[in-house]
Amino acid sequence: MFELLGIPPQVLFGQLLLGLINGSFYAVLSLGLAVIFGLLNIINFTHGAQYMLGAFGAWMLLNYLGVGYWWAVFIVPPIVGVTGIVLERVMIRRLYHLDHLYGLLLTFGLALIIVGFFRQFFGVSGLPYPPPPLLTGGYNLGFMYLPNSRAWVIVASLIVCLATWFIIEKTRLGAYLRAATENPTMVGAFGINVPLLVTLTYGFGVALAGFAGVLAAPIYAVNPNMGADLIIVVFAVVVIGGMGSILGSILTGFGLGLIEGLTRVFYPEGSAVVIFVIMALVLLVKPAGLFGRSV
Amino acid sequence: MKKMGFVLASTASLLMAGAAYATDVKIGVLNDRSGIYADIAGEGSVIAAQMAVEDFKATDKGINVSIVSADHQNKPDVGSNIARQWYDTENVDVIADVPTSSVALAVNEITKEKNKIFLASGPASSDLTGKACSPNTVHWTYDTWALANGTGSAMVAQGGDSWFFVTADYAFGHALERDTSAVVEASGGKVLGAVRHPFPGQDFSSFLLQAQGSGAKVVGLANAGGDTINAVKQASEFGITQGGQALAALLMFINDVHALGLEVAQGLVLTSAFYWDKNDQTREFSARFQERNAGQKPSMIEAGVYASVLHYLKAVEAVGDKDAAKVMAKMKEMPTEDPLFGKGTIRADGRKLHDMYLFRVKKPDQSKRPWDYFETVATIPADKAFRPLAEGGCSLVK
Repeated sequence: MFELLGIPPQVLFGQLLLGLINGSFYAVLSLGLAVIFGLLNIINFTHGAQYMLGAFGAWMLLNYLGVGYWWAVFIVPPIVGVTGIVLERVMIRRLYHLDHLYGLLLTFGLALIIVGFFRQFFGVSGLPYPPPPLLTGGYNLGFMYLPNSRAWVIVASLIVCLATWFIIEKTRLGAYLRAATENPTMVGAFGINVPLLVTLTYGFGVALAGFAGVLAAPIYAVNPNMGADLIIVVFAVVVIGGMGSILGSILTGFGLGLIEGLTRVFYPEGSAVVIFVIMALVLLVKPAGLFGRSV
Repeated sequence: MKKMGFVLASTASLLMAGAAYATDVKIGVLNDRSGIYADIAGEGSVIAAQMAVEDFKATDKGINVSIVSADHQNKPDVGSNIARQWYDTENVDVIADVPTSSVALAVNEITKEKNKIFLASGPASSDLTGKACSPNTVHWTYDTWALANGTGSAMVAQGGDSWFFVTADYAFGHALERDTSAVVEASGGKVLGAVRHPFPGQDFSSFLLQAQGSGAKVVGLANAGGDTINAVKQASEFGITQGGQALAALLMFINDVHALGLEVAQGLVLTSAFYWDKNDQTREFSARFQERNAGQKPSMIEAGVYASVLHYLKAVEAVGDKDAAKVMAKMKEMPTEDPLFGKGTIRADGRKLHDMYLFRVKKPDQSKRPWDYFETVATIPADKAFRPLAEGGCSLVK
């Protein structure tokens, strides 16, 4: 049987699969960021906090109202999306005519406030979120034990990513959106309500973050800091994929999950930095990102 | 001329009398206020220090205590800067707590250099009383040797004679892995491998899969706080225990169990210096603490901050002065006694000695009320709980 650098193939397959699963979190989160950046030109640093809101939303539904996971998957993302819409209407839209930097600072500040608020009430250790019965247990694939919860993550995020890509690239609504980013005045002249379109887009991007949060709740510790570390990685993913590129962010998300997974086998100590090393290399060679349009 | 001399002499004697009446002591509580250790040693440690000052009735005894606190963000550079600033410009006499061994080792050095006092309750690395030992440091609550000795020996005794470690990649994780490996090997067990994960981590699936693939009977988690919570939660997801491997959380706090829920945490064996439900005194303290700390029971670190500050104040009272060398000598000379750890002593290398306990996390149906989480498996007596004085390699030990 062949071995690669002393790693038996079963282990390698297992790690690749796990990398894909982690990549699906990156993909869903970076997709939300890419949608928001692509259509609003806002660098949404609140994304990590909104991901955390998704997980806490699921926890609150379960503990305060007794509503289980499967309902939460459908209920929580729209709710988180609505909180995003409120933010957009009240604050973020005032910054559209200014430099990116202002939006970044505003959303970063908002993230700190939201996380601080949750830390004050819930502490940092986190809250228990038992997985629903359907997601406990798993299958023995021969080369690894695949928990149902992880299999569901990869399926759910693939569906959501593909659906989003389809809506934006292949439907009339998506065409309006893309047109509105190219030339908002012209699209407005055709009788389309561009500000509404923009608000809904932000809400949708935020809902994607909330969705990733719900997916994370049974797997990771539900705590206020859960988005803070992840968001930096996800930004790196977006930069590597090319700011604003929908397909780029999906593919890069999964791809970098794989690379990170492999690093965890061959050089685990470096797994926290490998994505940033790649980011630096990509920026040197192709500043617009792998799938970005060069400006 | 004579008159002048008299005035000077009387002023001087007045000043000295004043010094004997009131000693101003400033305690700096330095820990993680927002990161993964903030629930086991954050604001709670500050509250514990305040409670020690109140319970000691320091002002009645002529000691004016002020407490300051800061966030070291688990970063040695940040922690060092705060410690230097406190000692150099803010007249801090004592730094208490300091979880995160890498930060604590830095504070340990600075405290020695500035000749102040370090009451270490938060950090785990046994190097603080070993090769990095200092005449200015007391290591109060626990250390990696004691954890390894407690949980490690218990697991080997239950037949867990082959180990694989999932280790936090910094001073603490390395020390815990090293000390546990020594215990496992000394008891005739084998260490099959280890994987070092970035600190702090979120996804442990890949490391757990490697542990699963190793075929070791015990998967030892040499990490703490949020890392342990995530690792235990995901170990349950990946069926580590169902697959016949035992999970050893080498450092686990009651707050971690609270965050995991008993459904996931049940059956875990852990070593601790303190449990709130041990006797009437610990229950009384913990009820008062809980009221002030947003409903959280004290962790062993917070209990250690309370007890170490209390002992320090007793020593200051006995010496009548806050001179670091004299107070340290007094602290080591006087036996310790407090409601949380009972009677104990402080050894020449700075190691505080008390009983340690081996606990098992209860099953959900065994838990009768909130925070009713541990059952006692064994009590490890003080003279067996910590590394023998001669084996640490501390230069203070002759």
